[in-house]
Amino acid sequence: MKTNFKQIKEKIIETILMLSSAATSITVVLIVFFLFVEGAGVFNKKPIDDGFLLAVSAENTVHKLQPSQIKDIYDQKITNWKELGGKDQAIVLFRAGDITDYYTEEELGENFEFFPDKINELVAKTPGIIAFFSDKYKAKDFTGRELDIDKIKVSEFLTGEEWFPTAQPIAQMGVKPLIYGTLWVSFGAILLALPIGLAAAIYLSEIAKKRTRSILKPIIELLAGIPSVVYGFFGLVIIVPLIQSTFNLPVGETGLAGSVVLAIMALPTIITISEDAMRNTPRAMKEASLALGASQWQTIYKVVMPYSASGITAGAILGIGRAIGETMAVLMVTGNAAVIPTTLLEPVRTIPATIAAELGEAPNGGLHYEALFALGCILFIITFGINMLVEVVTNRKSHKKH
Amino acid sequence: MSAEIKLAKKKKRSQNIAFGLFTLTSYAIVALLFVILAFIVIKGIGVISWEFISEMPKNGMTEGGIFPAIVGTLCLVLVSMVFAFPVGVLAAIYMNEYVKDGILKKIIKQMTNNLAGVPSIVFGLFGMSLFVNKMGFGDSILAGGLTLGLLVLPIVIRTTEESLKAVDDTFRQASLGLGASKWETTSKVVFPIAFPNVITGLILSIGRVSGETAPILFTVAAYFLPKLPTSIFDQAMALPYHLYVISTSGTNIEASRAMAYGTALVLIIIVLISNLLANALRKYYGKKVKMN
Repeated sequence: MKTNFKQIKEKIIETILMLSSAATSITVVLIVFFLFVEGAGVFNKKPIDDGFLLAVSAENTVHKLQPSQIKDIYDQKITNWKELGGKDQAIVLFRAGDITDYYTEEELGENFEFFPDKINELVAKTPGIIAFFSDKYKAKDFTGRELDIDKIKVSEFLTGEEWFPTAQPIAQMGVKPLIYGTLWVSFGAILLALPIGLAAAIYLSEIAKKRTRSILKPIIELLAGIPSVVYGFFGLVIIVPLIQSTFNLPVGETGLAGSVVLAIMALPTIITISEDAMRNTPRAMKEASLALGASQWQTIYKVVMPYSASGITAGAILGIGRAIGETMAVLMVTGNAAVIPTTLLEPVRTIPATIAAELGEAPNGGLHYEALFALGCILFIITFGINMLVEVVTNRKSHKKH
Repeated sequence: MSAEIKLAKKKKRSQNIAFGLFTLTSYAIVALLFVILAFIVIKGIGVISWEFISEMPKNGMTEGGIFPAIVGTLCLVLVSMVFAFPVGVLAAIYMNEYVKDGILKKIIKQMTNNLAGVPSIVFGLFGMSLFVNKMGFGDSILAGGLTLGLLVLPIVIRTTEESLKAVDDTFRQASLGLGASKWETTSKVVFPIAFPNVITGLILSIGRVSGETAPILFTVAAYFLPKLPTSIFDQAMALPYHLYVISTSGTNIEASRAMAYGTALVLIIIVLISNLLANALRKYYGKKVKMN
């Protein structure tokens, strides 16, 4: 009887342990689920603010427009309905605020009570009009026709070159500048950090005495422990002004500032992983090289480095992954301009920084909110891919060993 | 003969140059760390006073103290650890003591790695979507703490697993040989030996949690809140977010610079203490276990 009870207890404990170990898997699945459910919403909505509409005259033969076409219309790149498959007629742009160009304040009434009627009248008598106004100004007997707007397509989202999620009349959600910004800053960081990190790794694993190493290693690891917001602050008060004065720039908040800060942050990752890889080089290989008359330096770059190449690669890839996902430090030093960068000396905006800067202002469940979750999906996919790549690179090495 | 000597000399010289460069680089990195630390310590030390750590912010956060931010961060650390520590330790015990090598272990390991690779801002999005909106916690210490707890879970699991792995198998065999059950062996023999290292992992996780900003941006952090939280459903200020706010978007950035240096120093001190404490513990108990 007693043993039975004990067995049951053991079973219960084992179940609890198993459930705990499932926690990380469940979290990953939940993250994917929530991110993609919220993010997919952006492709299921019209990219126009809730409660607003675009209307044309009833005689207009254009029924449906794409978001990019509407943007071109309001940017006056498209000026004739002919270009959109309609009649040969010039487009007349109208926003609610333009009403005073057509009617006097008396005509609109003291409290704008005739506003809806006047818009109605205007749309009816101007065949080429495209009017953007709020739902509440839509008259009950509105004679114009509400334009149908296409939803944002995934391809448009990925290749669009402008990110103005709160633009009116139509939100511009192109993530290309953000993806470019992220990649520029991250690769800049790796270009800086990789040679420095490798040099330090070689020193620690091959040159330094054991005692020196045991002092230096914890210090370098300490660099990894400093919170990113402190790096951001340091970058803001030291690196940003330094870059501004060195390159004589109007602003110091640039992609380069982000790269420098990220490089410092990526150093511990690169050093630790490459050093581990180098120390794993079999002693026999090194001694064979030395015995053949090679110098220590020749041994390092002809034996140790090739042997640990996959470990070094893993370290570099992981460093890029960290840099791509880093938020606060980048947000604080890169200037956050959502334009496709041409040099590292101009302000750029990365994906994580965009989420951090804009989510607070995006209304819950709205288009902008969902677009930021879609950005989160992109970020998740990139970093997930990078982790998988690291896995592949390190596994290849362990196969080679056997 | 002389050609050989020349070659040997050339070899030697290129080695000296290379090694000199590597040594210099390594020390430059160390110097960089000291520059960062020294800069913040020198600028911040004058700001730190009893008033600074015990009073509310005043005058649009350009004067006064950071007491509510310290309390907020402590609350977040507490909530996240109450969640992550038991779950992480139990998970690590299962991984190291119970499950056999195979596909299940591989999957769990891979998933833990994947979770560790998720960027912190994605945790923020997730926490907002799940805890704040779906579960209805609102912006609260509970939502933020749980988000941070999930973030450090892989770290707790990893450090605990390492410490369990370091326990010699003979302990397990001896205990099992005496007729103890698996759980008795784990809880009364293996875990007590590994405990000091487990605590080391806990301390490191605390350091990590207190410095994270991105996950708390949308789950708990308040821009300015001149009162202390009274329950876990309250909003709170937090040190890292406070530093971000006063250094980038405060009412008067120049005037609050001093406050920013002070806050950065407090953050650095927390991280340094947790790192040093963890290292010291590791060293101390490392010796003790070996002596046994």
